[in-house]
Amino acid sequence: MRFNEKELVSLSRQPSEMAAELGMRGPKKGDVVKKRLVKLVVNFLFYFRTDEEEPIGALLLEQCRVEREDSQSFSITFLDEAERKYLFECDSEEQCGEWMDSIIKASYEFMRKNLIFYRTEIHRLTGKDPLEQYGISDETRFQVSNGLQLAPSATSSL
Amino acid sequence: MKLNERSVAHYATCDSPPDKTGFLFKKGERNTAYHRRWFVLKSNMLFYFEERDGREPIGVIVLEGCTVELCESAEEFAFAVKFDCAKARVYKMAADSQAAMESWVKALSRASFDYMRLVVKELERQLEEIQEAAGGGCAGAGVAGLQGRPKLARRNYVSRSSIQDEVHRENGVGWSKPPVALANGFVEGGSSCVAWDGCADSGNSIGICDGARAPPVPPRRRGASLESPVSPGTVCFSKLHDWYGREVEDLRTQWLQSQ
Repeated sequence: MRFNEKELVSLSRQPSEMAAELGMRGPKKGDVVKKRLVKLVVNFLFYFRTDEEEPIGALLLEQCRVEREDSQSFSITFLDEAERKYLFECDSEEQCGEWMDSIIKASYEFMRKNLIFYRTEIHRLTGKDPLEQYGISDETRFQVSNGLQLAPSATSSL
Repeated sequence: MKLNERSVAHYATCDSPPDKTGFLFKKGERNTAYHRRWFVLKSNMLFYFEERDGREPIGVIVLEGCTVELCESAEEFAFAVKFDCAKARVYKMAADSQAAMESWVKALSRASFDYMRLVVKELERQLEEIQEAAGGGCAGAGVAGLQGRPKLARRNYVSRSSIQDEVHRENGVGWSKPPVALANGFVEGGSSCVAWDGCADSGNSIGICDGARAPPVPPRRRGASLESPVSPGTVCFSKLHDWYGREVEDLRTQWLQSQ
């Protein structure tokens, strides 16, 4: 599958609030823990060899599960490949918790769910749709069940 | 650079609802003819398939940081997805109608993670205010009750009036909008409720439109000019929305003038 690698590499260079050296082990049998600079940018987790500018790889953080493995380690598993775990070793229990929390919240789908919750709740409490004042009430991405309410004019299906 | 491609491809076809789908013509890289592809927009990822019922995407364009512009082209209803990194590829596409082009341009230009995050933070802030107001003994006061509080009036009133202006302007141009399905959208106490775990998220606090303290510069904005389309250099939601609205308006004007 093709992807715009240059642009993704460029994305990896942006400043990030979550970047640290962690031990990382890939999902394949025989993979060992290696020290990597791990960096969270939007919904991607980039990992670099220390002091290298270009990341070795990127993980899109959608449709994944984050689990605690032990007091200082967590894993990321993708729902389509539940047996393959990416393992991350942190320096402390606190750091481990912070990373897990950040990665869970780094998913676009997670944000969308929260947005829908806030929107519904605000409407319930105030009787008003909070998005209406910004003129973005109709955007598909903000709908409760956006798969079901696409009107013909909203999609360009031919 | 490696990517968890299998999982990314799975995301394209899994049952999470897409934000937009449809056929578009995409200009090839080496073969510069336009090829008709089925596009699926999910979050900040634009997938394309050879066929509508394709099992796996041929490719994906990560849209974070992109700008969407009309482009000069022999093709009608053409637009381009551009990035500001060095030697970035320009993705040229064409729709089948004016309405489809506008719709795609609008959808793609707002597909970023940053935009979603901004809207979430804004609603989170609003809900907190409402809950605080309710907790302060003004149960049921709703939004109207908030404007009586001086701090909030200063924070909110100005920003909302400028957004209102923008909305009226945009509405006056008569965007073809899909039928509003608000009734559909508000399922009371629906299953979509996700319990926010009470984390104040202080680490990531952006402090939208907060005059009381200087908001931390969001990571992406450092060094970006105010004119930069995806990084308006502001954490103020009203300004960001203002900017997006103007961009779409400009595109429309450009197209009308080219006719």
